[in-house]
Amino acid sequence: MIKLHINNQPYSVDASPQMPLLWVLRDMLGLTGTKFGCGMAQCGACTVHLNGEAVRSCVTPVSRAANQQITTVEGLSTDLTHPLQQAWLQEDVLQCGYCQSGQLMSAAVLLREKPDPTDEDIDRAMSGNVCRCGTYPRIRKAIHLAAKIQREGGKS
Amino acid sequence: MNNPSTVSRRKFLQTTTTFAGGLLIPFFVSAGAKRMGMLGALGAAEAAGADSAVAFAPNAYLGIGRDNSVHIILAHVEMGQGVWTTLPMLIADELDCDWNKIKVGHAPPAQPYYHTMFGIQITGGSSTTWSEFDRYRQAGATARAVMVAAAAQQWGVAPEACSTADGYVIYNDKKLSYGELADAAAKIPPPANVPLKPASEWKYIGKGVKRLDTSEKINGKARFGMDVQFPGLLTAVIARPPVFGAQLKRFDAAKAKTVAGVRQVVAVPSGVAVIADHFWAAKQGREALVVEWDIEPSLQIDTPGQWAAYRGLTEQRGAVAAKAGDAQDALSKAADKVDVEYTLPYLAHACMEPLNCTVKIANDKCEIWTGTQMPGLDQGAAAKILGFKPEQVEVHTMFLGGGFGRRATAASDFVSEAVEVAKASGKAVKTVWTREDDIRGGYYRPAFLHRVRVGLGEDKMPVAWHHSIVGQSILAGTPFEAGVKDGIDGASVEGVNDSPYMGHVPNHLIELHSPKNKIPVLWWRSVGHTHTAFVMETMIDQLAHSAGKDPVEYRRTLLKDHKRPLSALNLAAEKAGWGTPLPAGHFRGIAVHDSFGSAVAQVAEVSVEKGKVRVHRVVCAIDCGLAVNPDGVAAQMESGIIFGLTAFLYGNISLDKGRVRQGNFHDYKMVRMQEAPAIEVFIVPSTEKMGGAGEPGVPPLAPAVANALFAATGKRIRNLPVKPEDLS
Amino acid sequence: MQRTNSPTWWRPRAALFTFCIAGALSVAAVAVRPADDAARSERAISQAAFQAVYKVLMSPRCMNCHPNGDIPLQGDDSHLHTMNVTRGVDGKGVYALKCSNCHQVANTPGLNMPPGNPTWHLPPADMPMVFEGRSPRELALQLKDPNQNGHKTLQQLLDHVSKDALVLWGWKPGDGRTLPPLAHAEFVKQFKTWVSTGAVAPNE
Repeated sequence: MIKLHINNQPYSVDASPQMPLLWVLRDMLGLTGTKFGCGMAQCGACTVHLNGEAVRSCVTPVSRAANQQITTVEGLSTDLTHPLQQAWLQEDVLQCGYCQSGQLMSAAVLLREKPDPTDEDIDRAMSGNVCRCGTYPRIRKAIHLAAKIQREGGKS
Repeated sequence: MNNPSTVSRRKFLQTTTTFAGGLLIPFFVSAGAKRMGMLGALGAAEAAGADSAVAFAPNAYLGIGRDNSVHIILAHVEMGQGVWTTLPMLIADELDCDWNKIKVGHAPPAQPYYHTMFGIQITGGSSTTWSEFDRYRQAGATARAVMVAAAAQQWGVAPEACSTADGYVIYNDKKLSYGELADAAAKIPPPANVPLKPASEWKYIGKGVKRLDTSEKINGKARFGMDVQFPGLLTAVIARPPVFGAQLKRFDAAKAKTVAGVRQVVAVPSGVAVIADHFWAAKQGREALVVEWDIEPSLQIDTPGQWAAYRGLTEQRGAVAAKAGDAQDALSKAADKVDVEYTLPYLAHACMEPLNCTVKIANDKCEIWTGTQMPGLDQGAAAKILGFKPEQVEVHTMFLGGGFGRRATAASDFVSEAVEVAKASGKAVKTVWTREDDIRGGYYRPAFLHRVRVGLGEDKMPVAWHHSIVGQSILAGTPFEAGVKDGIDGASVEGVNDSPYMGHVPNHLIELHSPKNKIPVLWWRSVGHTHTAFVMETMIDQLAHSAGKDPVEYRRTLLKDHKRPLSALNLAAEKAGWGTPLPAGHFRGIAVHDSFGSAVAQVAEVSVEKGKVRVHRVVCAIDCGLAVNPDGVAAQMESGIIFGLTAFLYGNISLDKGRVRQGNFHDYKMVRMQEAPAIEVFIVPSTEKMGGAGEPGVPPLAPAVANALFAATGKRIRNLPVKPEDLS
Repeated sequence: MQRTNSPTWWRPRAALFTFCIAGALSVAAVAVRPADDAARSERAISQAAFQAVYKVLMSPRCMNCHPNGDIPLQGDDSHLHTMNVTRGVDGKGVYALKCSNCHQVANTPGLNMPPGNPTWHLPPADMPMVFEGRSPRELALQLKDPNQNGHKTLQQLLDHVSKDALVLWGWKPGDGRTLPPLAHAEFVKQFKTWVSTGAVAPNE
């Protein structure tokens, strides 16, 4: 059994150590907010936080996550109060929405490490996340807004 | 009329089939009402009498719960384009309900949800908003009239004396909420032909509201087809032929069955299904599967060979799509001639959510959960496979993680396959495509070759235009084949034969060749316009330059009698500062194109560094008539621009002995954040007929960028995707 | 961002090396006086050894993480790493695009899957140790310069190329990746020869 701490909840799973974290989250634990897009770390739809870093869960063996802290989009906030979620709502960012869990998880690391990101920072942080609907201009705008919300004391 | 609550689901489907589509609003009956209850409160509301269960449903499109919840059922599906919000806006403006009480759900396949123009249940053709503009407003207005009647009855006053606002009927100091009135309203027959509000009273239409689907799509709760789960559900991954049209020769499942979690390996018409406890096991099982295929030599197409064959066809006479004067004679006499060829490759849709479909067959019932643009056809396809009647098949349409046309195949390809898997295995199975399955799975935008021969007169204006188009028909060989008239699939020539420019060319001949092969092709966001706009708008740019005219001025001359493209062109040029100085190394290009009832013009600002194209800014103007949700229209323009840019820079599906070379996002690349231009969208204030928004943003992008690249490098791009060597 | 990577920049040509090595050996073969001859011969041996080392260092498996610029290279064609991946101060990437977000402790199986190693990284920003675009002479001089080689002695460099896990990864690069042109043992041998013969930089 592999022990995982996901969104501050303990879980035990009987999975092969090589099984990607993505499929453990989705198919074993029912946490379907994290998406499958490519299976080879190309699109970022499966991005989750492993000890705070935006790992691509589709290529991360679950063994790497054993006894570590995992946060998925379900745990970004319990009530849509993360500055990014507020900004996403305000800017009407998403379209089909399928990539957005990954976009949010990537953006969350950026905001933590660079509370006032430039456009170049956004390019350097977010180019691993593909959006086929092309919401990039709005994601960019929303990240700037989220930075502002965060600075002004919004919950993070 | 039966009492709605006593009509069975089967009866519902039977009765509703007697209604024509159009603007008639059939009475809504129990099955759908139950569904609305389900939508309302995650199943809990199904318990009889629960407050959020629908107590009042005057028609198929909305119902009202005792808790004031307004349940809106969408005849069209949400795949990113925003109908989850736009259709409720139409209802809300007539119903005067509380916007925050709205709950939205997808409709089951049923006649009331047939497209008002296309006659089947389909989301496509950038048509949702204009095609539902009257029907959904009418649905809201009818419901409001019943609410008012119920309140008036209760108060003993004239309905005309009552007003409505935010989910209440009001009379002087009295007010009753729609929820309080729902049970009484259910007893009142809905009136016909309720008058609609004048535009001056619209609160939402033309102004816009925030999307209704954001919250659940940013906290992981939204359920796409991929997210369907229930106890006992297995996952299948299919081994499909490596070459289109190849047949299964034999397979050996022994090794696959040793993979932990693999439960079953079964042959299905499309290949061999490996069924397992979860996706990972199924995929590993497929890797361990030994399969042999029969591959006929004729199936082993190479892309260069295919282009050569297409090129050869341009020397032959094709089916005539449009004709005026004598193009060939005029060409031979023209003072100046242009004879150029364009190639535009196969393109995959690459929706972010890989295709998937969940099927559960139990006794005489089949349930399907998937993201689909044509739930009704899928229902019929499933019924046919199972020997069921359509009403024995229930389709639950989930959120679509992108569609772009891929989730609308006439053959219901991925749904049929999933039904076959469930049938063959006897289990409830979710069939999941990997990204490689998706990229290599066909249903591409057909590869097209255009040869354009233009003769110029003394005034440098075109006097002859001979245009030969070669590419597979999307409709041929499908149940929609009747759409091919006299050898012309309109989807192959749209944008050329109806180009506003063609009217200025006294001698023109547009010919089409529709070669056949086994590569499945399909509509791909903006369909024929994906290639025709590129050809027409780069040709016009070239002709403008040969005439020594400014490309905007040249187009203005040709479009002077075409109000919509002209207004879009003028607005885009103005907002982009056409003709004003740019930073060093930056260049502009423009294109304008009419498609799906809207005209869109775009100005691209580009630079080229070491063969690398950078698009810095795109200014876009659209005339779509009334923009119901202006920010939604802007979002679709942005989306179309990025989609078009991906195709221009990277889009290419190529074949090597019939095998698709590309497989995932490393070799079928997408535009990413660092390449995304700044985009500005302007909507032409317009009273023209309503057009679409989902697709028309795509066509002008590639020619606008190519024209900017000509300004930058003097090179004409005629083969997509652009290659660095084409720019030096 | 200053972007100096250039995929079409100078690239080593196998033919050129053959010529250089052959040239060096033929110089060594021309004897004048015994003492001079020995010195000249050792110098030639050193230079030839470095040419062999250089071939390895400039192979995609080594050079891709020693780019001329802030973006690592990818693939046998050494194209710029897609996704706008950048070095970061410590060489481990930035924000949501840190190396270890995709690169695991071992190669992920399959073609075009992320290769992996426990210490996957680029040289840090203050010591970028650029290989890409360097001529044999430039690279040799750079390797010998403690201010450009991570403050290492030649012996420490030798240890590094002999034992460092990331260097060794180059010879176990995962599915579909070409190996460096020399076996690791041969590479180390040539490196050792270069060091023991005075670490002479090639003439060009």
